[in-house]
Amino acid sequence: MEEALVDWSRAQFALTVIYHWLFVPLTLGLSFIMAIMESIYVKTGSLKWKKTTQFWMTLFGINFAIGVATGIILEFEFGTNWSNYSWFVGDIFGAPLAIEGIMAFFLESAFLAVMFFGWEKVSRKFHLTATWLVALGSNLSALWILVANGWMQNPVGMHFNPETARNEMLNFWDVLLNPVAVDKFLHTISSGYVIGSLFVVGISSWYILKNRHIAFARRSMLIGAVFGIVASFFIVLTGDSSGHHMAKTQPMKLAAMEGLYEGDEGANLVAFGVLNPQKEVDNDADAFYFRISIPRLLSLLAERDMDAFVPGMEDLVYGNSKYNIPSAETKMKRGSLALQSLKSFTREKKAGNDTLAEAHLKTFRENYEVMGYGYFEDPKETIPPVGLTFYSFHFMVMLGFLFVLLFVLVIWSNMNETIEKKRYLLRAAVWAIPLGYIASILGWVVSEVGRQPWTIQDLLPVGVSTSHLDVSNVQTTFWIFAVLFTILLIAEISILTRQIKIGPK
Amino acid sequence: MGPVGRKLWLIVLIKLFIMFAILWLFFFPDIMQERFSTDSERSEHIINEITKP
Repeated sequence: MEEALVDWSRAQFALTVIYHWLFVPLTLGLSFIMAIMESIYVKTGSLKWKKTTQFWMTLFGINFAIGVATGIILEFEFGTNWSNYSWFVGDIFGAPLAIEGIMAFFLESAFLAVMFFGWEKVSRKFHLTATWLVALGSNLSALWILVANGWMQNPVGMHFNPETARNEMLNFWDVLLNPVAVDKFLHTISSGYVIGSLFVVGISSWYILKNRHIAFARRSMLIGAVFGIVASFFIVLTGDSSGHHMAKTQPMKLAAMEGLYEGDEGANLVAFGVLNPQKEVDNDADAFYFRISIPRLLSLLAERDMDAFVPGMEDLVYGNSKYNIPSAETKMKRGSLALQSLKSFTREKKAGNDTLAEAHLKTFRENYEVMGYGYFEDPKETIPPVGLTFYSFHFMVMLGFLFVLLFVLVIWSNMNETIEKKRYLLRAAVWAIPLGYIASILGWVVSEVGRQPWTIQDLLPVGVSTSHLDVSNVQTTFWIFAVLFTILLIAEISILTRQIKIGPK
Repeated sequence: MGPVGRKLWLIVLIKLFIMFAILWLFFFPDIMQERFSTDSERSEHIINEITKP
């Protein structure tokens, strides 16, 4: 496939998914924060909590209205730019996306109407139920799309049909409960909760800095910060679980995240470091100019054993017989055999030579798990961009810990009545809003850049997934999306800012 | 409905119009539906695509 076409298709998808993701996490997080605030209102009957809930619900509504349906563009792209991939994944991708559409449409939209327009029309308890169901519905919508993404990172529960060239679902529960999908779902929604918390804490801090709506702001920021602490705890837990599963399913991604070239027993975790850009798997240069490491922590996180071996990129490319790790070249030979036998199977089947076709099919089945390696000419093609993966991961983690510190200081200062004097903390909280979005996008960069060159791990590389299109077509739609989404983002920020300046009633 | 609500509805409607009446209709055809008429043709095309050297 033409390299420029693959790169532009990739860039277009990255652009649309990043813009889409700017709207989603606030919906995920703020919906629960609103539901908690409204629960306090229903429990206490205090009107100040009703007004607090309604203010945040207005901001939620602005974000929801501007972000709604931006994800549908990704589905357009599947059919046009990624048609090979879309056909190949078959119903594995179709089923979760269809459920996502139904969930999003029925659960969210039905209860969204009650939530926005039903304050004076339904009972308090019914309204509260609607708010909680909007929160659950939007999070469940995220579940299905993340199940589909999890399957791409760790394809399970399916069977490839060589006659239709499609994967067919064998076991729905294997796909749904795929450990990579479960981790991804929990980790992603938790990051949305942290963004929702940062949003509430940051805007509340702005009001205190401006000496406006102090009581409202302190009330809101306490809920936001406590929710943020709880969500951060879940992020750490699910991140740890992701790393553990990644060691088994995507060891190359884990090695790239840590800049680990040579595997080690009792491998250290790099807390921070500066990579040497000259370092490759086939030279002896040092991997880092500078690093601060935590002894043996990587082995503990990856294998739950401080002395366990964690393979590096060199082990995965060249193999390591001591630890029974096959080289990329061995997998390339098997992948090539899978592709040849698939071709031969199709030819013999068409010619009516069923016995020969069966023999080729058997060879194909034996090697299908590494079929994607058959497309590579150089084992080094199996390595993702190390610098981007490494720095994205480490900046994301650092920002995550900074947010925890921020939430702790906000809770502490709010409880001991000193928050209004801590101008530096209030300013930091305002700046933490964009940093939250940056951290979340960095997380997606780790997930998606770190799994390159694969669209579907070990089965289908990105270069084979794209459709044959004119590059200029993809460039045109890239720029249309860039303009459209930028206008939407400007509209969101300007309407939100105006509403925040007006403040709660 | 307040002015913010009206503005949001307007944005939603314009956005949906651009997405479905312009982008989807003119820029995002379903390649497999457009280029092939049967599933067996589509399967054959994908087998050729993924097995060609």
